[in-house]
Amino acid sequence: MTENVEVPKELDATIQSMDNRFHDIVTLDDRKSYTGYLVPVENLIDFATSIRDDLGYDYLSSVTGVDYFPEEKMEVVYHAYKTSGGGALVFKVQIPREKPEVPSLISVFPGSDFQEREAWDLLGIRFSGHPNLTRILMWEGFEGHPLRKDWKEPFFEEEKKPYKNRWPEGGVYRIEDEVPMGKNVKYPLGFDPQKWTPEEQTTFKEDMDSEAGDNGSNGSAMHTDQIVVNLGPQHPSTHGVFRMVARLDGETVVDLYPEMGYLHRNHEKIGERNTYIMNMPYTDRLDYISSMSNNLGYALAVESLMGIKPPERTEYIRVMMVELTRIVSHLWSIGFLLNDLGAFFTPALYAINERELILDIFEATAGSRMMCNYLRFGGISRDLPDGILETVRELVNERLPRKIDELDTYLTENEILRSRCIGVGVLSKEDAIAYSAAGPVLRASGVSYDVRRADPYSIYERFEFDVVVRYNGDVYDRYLVRMEEIRQSLRILHQVVRDIPEGEIQTGKALYQVRVPAGEAYGRVENPKGELGFYVVSNGKPNPWRYHIRAPSFINLTALGKMCKGEKVADVVAILGSIDIVLGETDR
Amino acid sequence: MYGIGILKGLGVTLKHFVETYVDDFRWLGKRYYNEEAYAVRQGPKATGIFTVQYPEEKLIIPENFRYLPFILYEEKDDGSIEDRCTSCGICPKICPPQCIWIVRSNDPETGRPIPAPTEFFIDIDICMSCGLCAEYCPFDAIKMDHVFEIASYERMEHHILNKEQLSKPVSYYSSIQPKNFRREEEARVAKEAAKAAKKKEREAKKAAS
Amino acid sequence: MTEGLNNPDIPIPDELAGSIAITTLDKIYNWGRRSSIWPMMFGLACCAIEMIATAASRYDLSRFGMEVMRPSPRQADLMIVSGTVTKKMIPVIVRLYNQMPEPKYVLAMGACASGGGPFKEGYNVVAGVDKFIPVDVYTPGCPPTPQALLHGLITLQKKIDKQSILKVNWYRKEAIPAIPIPILGPDLIDPRDYEKIRNLPPVQEESTAEA
Ligand code: SF4
Ligand code: SF4
Ligand code: SF4
Repeated sequence: MTENVEVPKELDATIQSMDNRFHDIVTLDDRKSYTGYLVPVENLIDFATSIRDDLGYDYLSSVTGVDYFPEEKMEVVYHAYKTSGGGALVFKVQIPREKPEVPSLISVFPGSDFQEREAWDLLGIRFSGHPNLTRILMWEGFEGHPLRKDWKEPFFEEEKKPYKNRWPEGGVYRIEDEVPMGKNVKYPLGFDPQKWTPEEQTTFKEDMDSEAGDNGSNGSAMHTDQIVVNLGPQHPSTHGVFRMVARLDGETVVDLYPEMGYLHRNHEKIGERNTYIMNMPYTDRLDYISSMSNNLGYALAVESLMGIKPPERTEYIRVMMVELTRIVSHLWSIGFLLNDLGAFFTPALYAINERELILDIFEATAGSRMMCNYLRFGGISRDLPDGILETVRELVNERLPRKIDELDTYLTENEILRSRCIGVGVLSKEDAIAYSAAGPVLRASGVSYDVRRADPYSIYERFEFDVVVRYNGDVYDRYLVRMEEIRQSLRILHQVVRDIPEGEIQTGKALYQVRVPAGEAYGRVENPKGELGFYVVSNGKPNPWRYHIRAPSFINLTALGKMCKGEKVADVVAILGSIDIVLGETDR
Repeated sequence: MYGIGILKGLGVTLKHFVETYVDDFRWLGKRYYNEEAYAVRQGPKATGIFTVQYPEEKLIIPENFRYLPFILYEEKDDGSIEDRCTSCGICPKICPPQCIWIVRSNDPETGRPIPAPTEFFIDIDICMSCGLCAEYCPFDAIKMDHVFEIASYERMEHHILNKEQLSKPVSYYSSIQPKNFRREEEARVAKEAAKAAKKKEREAKKAAS
Repeated sequence: MTEGLNNPDIPIPDELAGSIAITTLDKIYNWGRRSSIWPMMFGLACCAIEMIATAASRYDLSRFGMEVMRPSPRQADLMIVSGTVTKKMIPVIVRLYNQMPEPKYVLAMGACASGGGPFKEGYNVVAGVDKFIPVDVYTPGCPPTPQALLHGLITLQKKIDKQSILKVNWYRKEAIPAIPIPILGPDLIDPRDYEKIRNLPPVQEESTAEA
């Protein structure tokens, strides 16, 4: 079976040679079309430390679980990369389904923090040694672990889509009329709401509480207490429904703890019921500001499973759309960073103006301003309409460079912006890597890592562009990285509109039921927010068995607490703005 | 150094402010409600104020725009109408949130399915405007509409559209998406011609053998 | 001028002849209210982005007197529920709604807020915000384009125009009861449903799990 495993030979060699300790213990995952290594649970931490220190795989991109329900086992899948570039090192641990317990990697890769909590929340995999293994997307006290295959939601209709009753019987109904409560709820048997007491929501851990006590007693006569302040979930500058619990000493943040899940829309559960093509419009709703690049990530993952490649023209159109999306997203984020700093709406208005012009292109091409749903496996949904290329040329060659310069003059040298942003929310290079930060946050901390360059996909290796890096890791640098990335995107776009060939747009025939061979694939793209990954496991059926999203907005938040410590509370808003999260993706 | 950045920024704002008046002047008061001006004002050459005066003046909707689906029927010369939909079941199968319900019925005499839907429902409270139904319908029988002004005070009654509410004539489709319509018609004619040719060939072969 | 005020061109039934002054007052009162609806600055999901775009310069809400987006519910007249309502969020939404002063309106923007939208089947999704708070206007679409949202707002203005100062309930003596805030238990618990939950037939519970 090994001929189907696409492990680079030299990688295999390094693993085998790296340490005799692992030579016999670690085995190659030899299931058909699977990659990576199976590591025994007891050696996991050793192995992870070793690949980080000896092999240079210092960046843990994704952690997720898979519920292999029929085989009564669970699997935790890790994807690690080198920040110097190159392919993934995938390693997995397998555990029995009744008692899934894995040692937490938080001591080796702190960036696994939220991802492990998510796996606990949704799949019920216990990570021993995790300092705060609580639910992250659902609330504490919720019944069950929803992503397990035997867990059914109240509005459950059928195991798989398409549902049989839609055609030809078609008895139309609203699902709420079919369930006993008329609502999307279900309770454990014999549940009595009045005898039930809510579980204690502890947002701050015990050790933090004790820290609070000895603050006032350091000799000063004045006794100050620390207070806990909630920002959100309804707060004008949390960019949606996001909550931060901050412990403050006066104006200074002592500790900050993000609380999310207010927009958890069960993307993965629904995605595992959908057929492959059905997931495409759902990916639009992840990072809803940059739907085209989400489409690309998903299309790449499924295309790699199917083993097809899109035609040349399509590749160019894809890159064009994705880079336009990047401009849209960065414009939006710059505009709203300024909003957060108190420059209420004017910069955002200028940014949105340009965004609207790009959205017009999306609307004319894909049919919708935001929810593009444009890519298909091996192609795109339709060719560019007449005249759009001219509009893109005009925008890219004339208008946008001018407008970006204007925004630059408007903002970059502005004293208020500089004094609010320089030196605020610093994330060091080491921390950025350790916390698995991605995208502009990572690059502003001095790590020159861009998936487009480090692990090129689509046709990015054909284009000339620079990976933008800044070295201070503060809010201002993140702003500058975004500004400069817009320019680099324009540079790529120049080349795209110059070189775009004529030709077909679809490989093979566009089918409504694609055949995806069994196997696993991880497709990742450099989204405007950071590295977006789709981990798809297929078992050869029309629906994916596992569909996981490595969401950059979510994982970038791991470092939020770290960045905010010691800053003023007003700066927290700016720091959050500079990470540029989109809640649709954070909570999925 | 101090304050210069702010002054520069204010300069940009001032420029935007002045540009509107310059543009107004250029169009000699015809900046609004004027197609020619609209094309410039909302295109890549736009300067000055960017507003579309919505209820009075609407954005031009591109052909591919999709809002909610509708189904097509042909108007025959004799005044009767015929659904294009053959009740093939592809759209309810591909609809991602599963919001299409189709009732297919059987001919009472022969017991064979009739190639037309008896009922067709779309729950617009679920529809995600993805356009997959329109894209994959092999008979071009379901298309995405451009009508977006459908806010209402009530949803329980109005938001599950039935066949009657969904049906629109082909002439309406050709008016909102002329290019797409023409392309599809051409493809259809070509396909039919190919089919006819094939049939003829087969018959010829049969006759020969 | 007085002529026009005293003879509004609305047919007045005989029994209401005395309240002509009120109907005229209604016109002014409603004109004032509908031209200054302040929405709450509160975005839930993708639709919120379109809501912001509506407030931005191309569509420009200020033409309707609605540009004053208030982050505080105490100063807002209109809650635009712009996106998917999740179970984790609904207690907050109900609380915000309760805190808004009368007269208050709710506009459900998009398929999600109206009836669950594409995520309706999800375990953390409330299938329509109207399960908890009353909704005045529904705007279908996913997402409704800014123009569609504007149309929804104009529809709301029309609704306000029809209200009469005599009939509205916020000048009554008795207080308008607040909506009980849902609780996050093993699943979302609506305090209004206590009785129903307790009497849930266990058999049926079983059958929904199986079906
Ligand atoms: S795909 Fe087209 S022909 Fe088939 S059921 Fe749907 S609308 Fe009718
Ligand atoms: S547009 Fe998409 S969601 Fe709506 S009916 Fe068609 S396939 Fe279903
Ligand atoms: S209706 Fe559509 S666009 Fe609006 S929140 Fe729901 S999924 Fe997002």
